[in-house]
Amino acid sequence: MKRPLPEPTPETLHFWEGTRAGELRLQRCDQCRHVYFPPRPFCPRCASRQVSVFRASGRAKLYSYVIHQRPVPGFAPPYAIAVVELDEGPRMMTNIVGCPQTPEALRLDMPLEAVFEKQTDAITLPLFKPAGK
Amino acid sequence: MKRKSVAVVGAAETTDLGVIPNLSQIQLHADAALNTLADAGLKPTDIDGIATAGESPANVAHYLGITPTWVDGTTVGGCSFMIHVRHAAAAINEGLCKTVLITHGESGRSRVGASMRRGGGASSLQGQFESPYGIMGPPTVFTIPVLRYLKTYGLTEEALATVAVIQREWAGKNPRASFRDPITIADVLNSRMIAYPFRLLMCCLVTDGGGALILTSADRARDFPRKPVYVLGTGESVETPMVSQMEDFTTSRAFRVAGQKAFDEAGITHADVDHLMIYDAFAHLPLYGLEDLGFCKPGEAAAFIAARNTAPGGKLPLNTNGGGLSYMHSGMYGMYAMQESIRQLRGIAPAQVLGAKISIALGVGGMFAASGIIVFSNQAP
Repeated sequence: MKRPLPEPTPETLHFWEGTRAGELRLQRCDQCRHVYFPPRPFCPRCASRQVSVFRASGRAKLYSYVIHQRPVPGFAPPYAIAVVELDEGPRMMTNIVGCPQTPEALRLDMPLEAVFEKQTDAITLPLFKPAGK
Repeated sequence: MKRKSVAVVGAAETTDLGVIPNLSQIQLHADAALNTLADAGLKPTDIDGIATAGESPANVAHYLGITPTWVDGTTVGGCSFMIHVRHAAAAINEGLCKTVLITHGESGRSRVGASMRRGGGASSLQGQFESPYGIMGPPTVFTIPVLRYLKTYGLTEEALATVAVIQREWAGKNPRASFRDPITIADVLNSRMIAYPFRLLMCCLVTDGGGALILTSADRARDFPRKPVYVLGTGESVETPMVSQMEDFTTSRAFRVAGQKAFDEAGITHADVDHLMIYDAFAHLPLYGLEDLGFCKPGEAAAFIAARNTAPGGKLPLNTNGGGLSYMHSGMYGMYAMQESIRQLRGIAPAQVLGAKISIALGVGGMFAASGIIVFSNQAP
């Protein structure tokens, strides 16, 4: 069993094209400069439709998480379900790879960087690993 | 809404709570509704407004033989029933209907005739940006903000354990509670890990049951057999269906917005509140609720609970039925929180708070996605 995979919509396609190309793509409002996620073709702060897609740094810090102890399709417990805060501001849910799934290894605010894990020809997921590892 | 313009004149739960494999979901609605109609001395044909969540209001109306002139199917999770009370008060005041029945029934454990769980499909925002990362129901989602909360305020898992221990003290006084044996902090911290930092005894029960309310205008309320419980203030709000997108992981915007509205409508201060219910699907919710309603400063709710302020004998009795952690939790618990507020104000609760005049029931919907809050009073207008 594989993990559930996203079905991109017209408004989110740029994000999933980005992960396929190894990039984390966010949006910034051309009017008020607000950077936001998840994707939508207008600014959730000022409602402007003048927004641009840009390549984010991929740098983040670990914001919060749980370590699930039970099996879920596509996951071997224990595994962390994490929320990271991107350097550009928005937060997103993800998994942390390349480190033990323990409270000792997963310290809040630890620096992370995006990695891109291909699932299918269409879908690559953005995951995060400890920075510099 | 207009203060004390509407009253609860009927309130009851299903005959049984817990494991009820012999009743389907729609019959749990009906069992609660029939008990509530009997409580109010009414028949289904006396009802002209219907509201429910988790089941179509058309199903409930038809099953009970009700022909409504007002219908509300607002479904934003377990606080939907608080929001139904708020909407019903507005509808009664506007003359859209006179006598509203709000029902809840959920075969949460036995899953007999249960509705399909609604969730975003793979193309919804949650389906695209949360579901791929291994979330599996509330224990893996509702819980995600808490490590940030604990770090921000320098707290440990003991804060969560204390909530569970004190609510079990209340449950011990309630013959209808599912879990009644006393527990210790060590018991909680040694119970099975579900999703770190949450252990089994920090998570709600999964049971079957239902409850219902009947509301009418305050001027008609005196003609009913039970002591009326007046709706003093109400609040509702929503934030986000995606826990990862909450504005702040240490506080619920929906709680704050709905709470401010409810206090403003009621025209009360915190010192006026005798009894409090905070929907506790998990042990962190009373912490967020106490702080977001303004009973405690940010980060101070755990110490407030540990100092036994919310325990039996404390100055702010909280979750006196034992809560979702020990009393029952069918999936959409908000109805049971209001039932306990009403029992307390009628003076018939198993763990009665002597002289209680004002009770607040705070509901949460989804995983911090929504909130509905009702301030009740037993003092006539």
